[in-house]
Amino acid sequence: MTRQDDRSTDPAAGETAAEEQALLERLRRGEEGAFEELVRSHGPRLLTVIRRILPQEEDARDALQDALLSVSRAVGGFAGESRLSTWLHRIAVNAALMRLRTQRRQEPPIASLLPRFQENGHMAEPAGRWEPPPEAALERSETHRFVRESISELPDSYRIVLTLRDIEEWDTRETAEFLGIEPNAVKVRLHRARQALRTILDKRFRA
Amino acid sequence: MSDYLTCREMIDFLMDYVNGELDAATRHEFDRHLKVCPPCVDFLQNYRQTVDLVRASGREPDAPDREKLPEELVQAILRAQKRTHD
Repeated sequence: MTRQDDRSTDPAAGETAAEEQALLERLRRGEEGAFEELVRSHGPRLLTVIRRILPQEEDARDALQDALLSVSRAVGGFAGESRLSTWLHRIAVNAALMRLRTQRRQEPPIASLLPRFQENGHMAEPAGRWEPPPEAALERSETHRFVRESISELPDSYRIVLTLRDIEEWDTRETAEFLGIEPNAVKVRLHRARQALRTILDKRFRA
Repeated sequence: MSDYLTCREMIDFLMDYVNGELDAATRHEFDRHLKVCPPCVDFLQNYRQTVDLVRASGREPDAPDREKLPEELVQAILRAQKRTHD
Protein backbone atom coordinates (compact mmCIF):
# COMPACT_ATOMS: atom_id res chain seq x y z
CA MET A 1 0.00 0.00 0.00
CA THR A 2 2.91 2.30 -0.75
CA ARG A 3 0.80 4.69 -2.74
CA GLN A 4 -1.67 5.43 0.03
CA ASP A 5 1.11 5.74 2.59
CA ASP A 6 2.89 8.24 0.36
CA ARG A 7 -0.28 10.22 0.03
CA SER A 8 -0.97 10.13 3.71
CA THR A 9 2.38 11.69 4.53
CA ASP A 10 2.03 14.41 1.91
CA PRO A 11 0.80 17.52 3.70
CA ALA A 12 -0.55 18.87 0.42
CA ALA A 13 -2.70 15.78 0.02
CA GLY A 14 -5.18 16.87 2.64
CA GLU A 15 -5.49 17.02 6.37
CA THR A 16 -2.45 16.71 8.56
CA ALA A 17 -1.97 13.60 10.68
CA ALA A 18 -2.95 15.59 13.77
CA GLU A 19 -6.18 16.80 12.14
CA GLU A 20 -7.01 13.29 11.06
CA GLN A 21 -6.37 11.96 14.55
CA ALA A 22 -8.62 14.63 16.03
CA LEU A 23 -11.41 13.78 13.61
CA LEU A 24 -10.97 10.08 14.35
CA GLU A 25 -11.38 10.67 18.06
CA ARG A 26 -14.52 12.75 17.50
CA LEU A 27 -15.93 9.98 15.31
CA ARG A 28 -15.20 7.37 17.96
CA ARG A 29 -16.99 9.46 20.56
CA GLY A 30 -19.95 9.80 18.19
CA GLU A 31 -19.65 13.56 18.44
CA GLU A 32 -22.30 15.62 16.71
CA GLY A 33 -21.14 16.81 13.30
CA ALA A 34 -18.07 14.55 13.13
CA PHE A 35 -19.54 12.20 10.55
CA GLU A 36 -20.68 15.12 8.41
CA GLU A 37 -17.17 16.57 8.55
CA LEU A 38 -15.78 13.20 7.47
CA VAL A 39 -18.19 13.08 4.52
CA ARG A 40 -17.38 16.61 3.41
CA SER A 41 -13.61 16.50 3.92
CA HIS A 42 -12.79 12.96 2.76
CA GLY A 43 -15.77 12.21 0.48
CA PRO A 44 -14.45 13.92 -2.67
CA ARG A 45 -11.14 12.04 -2.59
CA LEU A 46 -12.88 8.73 -1.89
CA LEU A 47 -15.29 9.32 -4.76
CA THR A 48 -12.30 9.81 -7.08
CA VAL A 49 -10.83 6.49 -5.94
CA ILE A 50 -14.17 4.72 -6.39
CA ARG A 51 -14.73 6.14 -9.89
CA ARG A 52 -11.63 4.29 -11.11
CA ILE A 53 -13.43 1.03 -10.34
CA LEU A 54 -17.00 2.14 -11.03
CA PRO A 55 -16.96 4.65 -13.90
CA GLN A 56 -20.76 5.06 -13.86
CA GLU A 57 -21.45 8.03 -11.61
CA GLU A 58 -24.58 6.58 -10.00
CA ASP A 59 -22.76 3.37 -9.08
CA ALA A 60 -19.82 5.35 -7.74
CA ARG A 61 -22.05 7.46 -5.52
CA ASP A 62 -23.83 4.37 -4.20
CA ALA A 63 -20.47 2.79 -3.39
CA LEU A 64 -19.34 5.97 -1.64
CA GLN A 65 -22.42 5.77 0.55
CA ASP A 66 -21.71 2.08 1.26
CA ALA A 67 -18.12 2.96 2.19
CA LEU A 68 -18.99 5.83 4.50
CA LEU A 69 -21.69 3.82 6.26
CA SER A 70 -19.14 1.02 6.77
CA VAL A 71 -16.80 3.57 8.28
CA SER A 72 -19.55 4.82 10.57
CA ARG A 73 -20.23 1.28 11.79
CA ALA A 74 -16.59 0.21 12.12
CA VAL A 75 -14.82 3.30 13.39
CA GLY A 76 -15.26 2.26 17.02
CA GLY A 77 -13.17 -0.83 16.34
CA PHE A 78 -10.52 0.89 14.24
CA ALA A 79 -7.33 0.55 16.23
CA GLY A 80 -5.56 3.37 14.42
CA GLU A 81 -2.75 1.17 13.12
CA SER A 82 -2.74 3.33 9.97
CA ARG A 83 -3.78 6.88 9.30
CA LEU A 84 -7.49 7.55 8.97
CA SER A 85 -7.09 8.52 5.29
CA THR A 86 -5.29 5.24 4.52
CA TRP A 87 -8.00 3.22 6.25
CA LEU A 88 -10.74 5.14 4.42
CA HIS A 89 -9.02 4.59 1.08
CA ARG A 90 -8.99 0.84 1.60
CA ILE A 91 -12.64 0.77 2.66
CA ALA A 92 -13.59 2.80 -0.43
CA VAL A 93 -11.79 0.36 -2.75
CA ASN A 94 -13.47 -2.59 -1.04
CA ALA A 95 -16.91 -0.98 -1.26
CA ALA A 96 -16.43 -0.31 -4.97
CA LEU A 97 -15.28 -3.87 -5.62
CA MET A 98 -18.17 -5.33 -3.64
CA ARG A 99 -20.67 -3.31 -5.65
CA LEU A 100 -18.97 -4.29 -8.89
CA ARG A 101 -19.29 -7.95 -7.91
CA THR A 102 -23.05 -7.63 -7.63
CA GLN A 103 -23.40 -6.20 -11.11
CA ARG A 104 -21.06 -8.43 -13.10
CA ARG A 105 -22.30 -8.31 -16.65
CA GLN A 106 -21.27 -9.79 -19.95
CA GLU A 107 -18.14 -7.99 -21.03
CA PRO A 108 -16.73 -7.58 -24.51
CA PRO A 109 -13.77 -9.80 -25.43
CA ILE A 110 -10.37 -8.18 -25.15
CA ALA A 111 -8.92 -9.98 -28.19
CA SER A 112 -9.52 -7.09 -30.59
CA LEU A 113 -7.24 -4.90 -28.47
CA LEU A 114 -4.35 -7.37 -28.28
CA PRO A 115 -1.53 -7.53 -30.83
CA ARG A 116 -2.10 -9.84 -33.77
CA PHE A 117 0.54 -12.03 -35.34
CA GLN A 118 1.32 -13.58 -38.68
CA GLU A 119 1.74 -17.34 -38.95
CA ASN A 120 5.51 -16.95 -38.64
CA GLY A 121 5.06 -15.20 -35.28
CA HIS A 122 5.87 -11.67 -36.49
CA MET A 123 3.55 -8.80 -35.58
CA ALA A 124 0.77 -8.31 -38.11
CA GLU A 125 0.84 -4.56 -37.38
CA PRO A 126 4.31 -3.62 -36.22
CA ALA A 127 4.48 -1.28 -33.25
CA GLY A 128 5.98 2.16 -33.75
CA ARG A 129 7.62 4.81 -31.64
CA TRP A 130 5.43 7.22 -29.69
CA GLU A 131 6.17 10.88 -30.39
CA PRO A 132 6.44 13.10 -28.60
CA PRO A 133 7.29 10.76 -25.75
CA PRO A 134 4.26 10.72 -23.44
CA GLU A 135 6.63 11.38 -20.53
CA ALA A 136 6.71 14.96 -21.75
CA ALA A 137 2.98 15.20 -21.22
CA LEU A 138 2.88 13.07 -18.09
CA GLU A 139 2.04 15.86 -15.72
CA ARG A 140 -0.53 17.46 -17.98
CA SER A 141 -4.10 17.09 -16.84
CA GLU A 142 -5.25 16.48 -20.40
CA THR A 143 -2.96 13.43 -20.60
CA HIS A 144 -4.23 12.10 -17.28
CA ARG A 145 -7.81 12.52 -18.37
CA PHE A 146 -7.16 10.76 -21.67
CA VAL A 147 -5.42 7.87 -19.91
CA ARG A 148 -8.25 7.53 -17.39
CA GLU A 149 -10.84 7.54 -20.17
CA SER A 150 -8.79 4.94 -22.05
CA ILE A 151 -8.60 2.71 -18.96
CA SER A 152 -12.38 2.90 -18.65
CA GLU A 153 -12.67 1.40 -22.16
CA LEU A 154 -11.11 -1.88 -20.99
CA PRO A 155 -13.39 -4.81 -20.15
CA ASP A 156 -14.19 -4.79 -16.41
CA SER A 157 -12.18 -7.85 -15.39
CA TYR A 158 -9.03 -6.39 -16.99
CA ARG A 159 -9.65 -2.81 -15.88
CA ILE A 160 -10.01 -3.90 -12.27
CA VAL A 161 -6.78 -5.89 -12.23
CA LEU A 162 -4.92 -2.99 -13.88
CA THR A 163 -6.38 -0.55 -11.34
CA LEU A 164 -5.58 -2.70 -8.32
CA ARG A 165 -2.06 -3.62 -9.44
CA ASP A 166 -0.78 -0.50 -11.19
CA ILE A 167 -2.71 2.29 -9.44
CA GLU A 168 -3.65 0.93 -6.02
CA GLU A 169 -0.38 -1.03 -5.92
CA TRP A 170 -1.89 -4.16 -4.41
CA ASP A 171 0.38 -7.13 -4.88
CA THR A 172 -0.50 -10.14 -7.01
CA ARG A 173 -1.43 -12.30 -4.05
CA GLU A 174 -3.88 -9.91 -2.40
CA THR A 175 -5.43 -9.04 -5.76
CA ALA A 176 -5.93 -12.74 -6.47
CA GLU A 177 -7.42 -13.38 -3.04
CA PHE A 178 -9.84 -10.51 -3.27
CA LEU A 179 -11.00 -11.41 -6.78
CA GLY A 180 -11.12 -15.12 -6.02
CA ILE A 181 -8.82 -16.07 -8.89
CA GLU A 182 -5.39 -17.68 -9.15
CA PRO A 183 -2.29 -15.46 -8.88
CA ASN A 184 -1.28 -16.54 -12.36
CA ALA A 185 -4.64 -15.34 -13.71
CA VAL A 186 -3.92 -11.94 -12.17
CA LYS A 187 -0.59 -11.82 -14.00
CA VAL A 188 -2.18 -12.85 -17.30
CA ARG A 189 -4.96 -10.27 -16.97
CA LEU A 190 -2.54 -7.52 -16.00
CA HIS A 191 -0.32 -8.23 -18.97
CA ARG A 192 -3.28 -8.31 -21.35
CA ALA A 193 -4.77 -5.16 -19.83
CA ARG A 194 -1.51 -3.28 -20.37
CA GLN A 195 -1.24 -4.53 -23.95
CA ALA A 196 -4.85 -3.56 -24.66
CA LEU A 197 -4.35 -0.13 -23.15
CA ARG A 198 -1.20 0.26 -25.23
CA THR A 199 -3.32 -0.34 -28.33
CA ILE A 200 -5.79 2.35 -27.29
CA LEU A 201 -3.04 4.84 -26.39
CA ASP A 202 -1.20 4.06 -29.63
CA LYS A 203 -3.89 5.89 -31.59
CA ARG A 204 -2.93 9.07 -29.79
CA PHE A 205 0.79 8.78 -29.30
CA ARG A 206 1.97 7.03 -32.45
CA ALA A 207 4.50 9.20 -34.31
CA MET B 1 15.72 -22.65 -27.05
CA SER B 2 15.77 -22.72 -30.84
CA ASP B 3 17.06 -19.85 -32.93
CA TYR B 4 15.45 -16.48 -32.24
CA LEU B 5 12.29 -15.99 -30.24
CA THR B 6 9.35 -14.90 -32.36
CA CYS B 7 7.61 -11.57 -31.73
CA ARG B 8 4.65 -13.50 -30.33
CA GLU B 9 6.92 -15.23 -27.80
CA MET B 10 8.59 -11.90 -27.01
CA ILE B 11 5.28 -10.34 -26.09
CA ASP B 12 4.33 -13.35 -23.98
CA PHE B 13 7.54 -12.87 -21.99
CA LEU B 14 7.38 -9.07 -21.90
CA MET B 15 5.98 -8.53 -18.42
CA ASP B 16 8.46 -10.94 -16.85
CA TYR B 17 11.25 -9.18 -18.77
CA VAL B 18 10.14 -5.76 -17.52
CA ASN B 19 9.87 -7.14 -13.98
CA GLY B 20 13.34 -8.70 -14.21
CA GLU B 21 11.84 -12.14 -13.64
CA LEU B 22 13.14 -13.97 -16.72
CA ASP B 23 15.72 -16.68 -16.28
CA ALA B 24 19.15 -15.83 -17.69
CA ALA B 25 18.82 -17.98 -20.82
CA THR B 26 15.44 -16.56 -21.84
CA ARG B 27 16.59 -13.03 -21.07
CA HIS B 28 19.58 -13.57 -23.33
CA GLU B 29 17.26 -14.72 -26.15
CA PHE B 30 14.99 -11.77 -25.48
CA ASP B 31 17.87 -9.29 -25.75
CA ARG B 32 19.11 -11.04 -28.91
CA HIS B 33 15.69 -10.59 -30.53
CA LEU B 34 15.57 -6.91 -29.54
CA LYS B 35 18.83 -6.28 -31.39
CA VAL B 36 17.28 -7.31 -34.70
CA CYS B 37 13.60 -6.34 -34.30
CA PRO B 38 12.75 -2.60 -34.16
CA PRO B 39 8.97 -3.23 -33.82
CA CYS B 40 9.59 -5.24 -30.62
CA VAL B 41 11.87 -2.47 -29.33
CA ASP B 42 9.05 0.01 -29.95
CA PHE B 43 6.47 -2.33 -28.41
CA LEU B 44 8.61 -2.75 -25.29
CA GLN B 45 9.02 1.01 -25.01
CA ASN B 46 5.28 1.59 -25.55
CA TYR B 47 4.51 -1.01 -22.88
CA ARG B 48 6.77 0.67 -20.34
CA GLN B 49 5.31 4.07 -21.21
CA THR B 50 1.79 2.67 -20.80
CA VAL B 51 2.59 1.49 -17.26
CA ASP B 52 4.14 4.88 -16.42
CA LEU B 53 1.08 6.70 -17.76
CA VAL B 54 -1.31 4.51 -15.75
CA ARG B 55 0.66 5.09 -12.56
CA ALA B 56 0.84 8.83 -13.19
CA SER B 57 -2.90 9.00 -13.90
CA GLY B 58 -3.46 7.41 -10.50
CA ARG B 59 -1.55 10.20 -8.81
CA GLU B 60 -3.99 12.60 -10.44
CA PRO B 61 -2.73 16.06 -9.57
CA ASP B 62 -5.62 17.33 -11.61
CA ALA B 63 -8.21 14.93 -10.25
CA PRO B 64 -11.48 16.43 -9.12
CA ASP B 65 -10.97 15.19 -5.56
CA ARG B 66 -10.67 18.73 -4.28
CA GLU B 67 -14.18 19.44 -5.46
CA LYS B 68 -17.02 19.39 -3.00
CA LEU B 69 -19.45 16.52 -3.10
CA PRO B 70 -22.84 17.47 -4.51
CA GLU B 71 -24.98 18.63 -1.60
CA GLU B 72 -27.77 16.16 -2.38
CA LEU B 73 -25.26 13.32 -2.10
CA VAL B 74 -23.96 14.59 1.24
CA GLN B 75 -27.52 14.84 2.56
CA ALA B 76 -28.42 11.35 1.27
CA ILE B 77 -25.40 9.87 3.06
CA LEU B 78 -26.18 11.74 6.28
CA ARG B 79 -29.81 10.55 6.16
CA ALA B 80 -28.71 6.95 5.57
CA GLN B 81 -26.24 7.14 8.44
CA LYS B 82 -28.92 8.54 10.74
CA ARG B 83 -31.27 5.67 9.81
CA THR B 84 -28.63 3.09 10.68
CA HIS B 85 -28.10 4.73 14.07
CA ASP B 86 -31.79 5.17 14.96
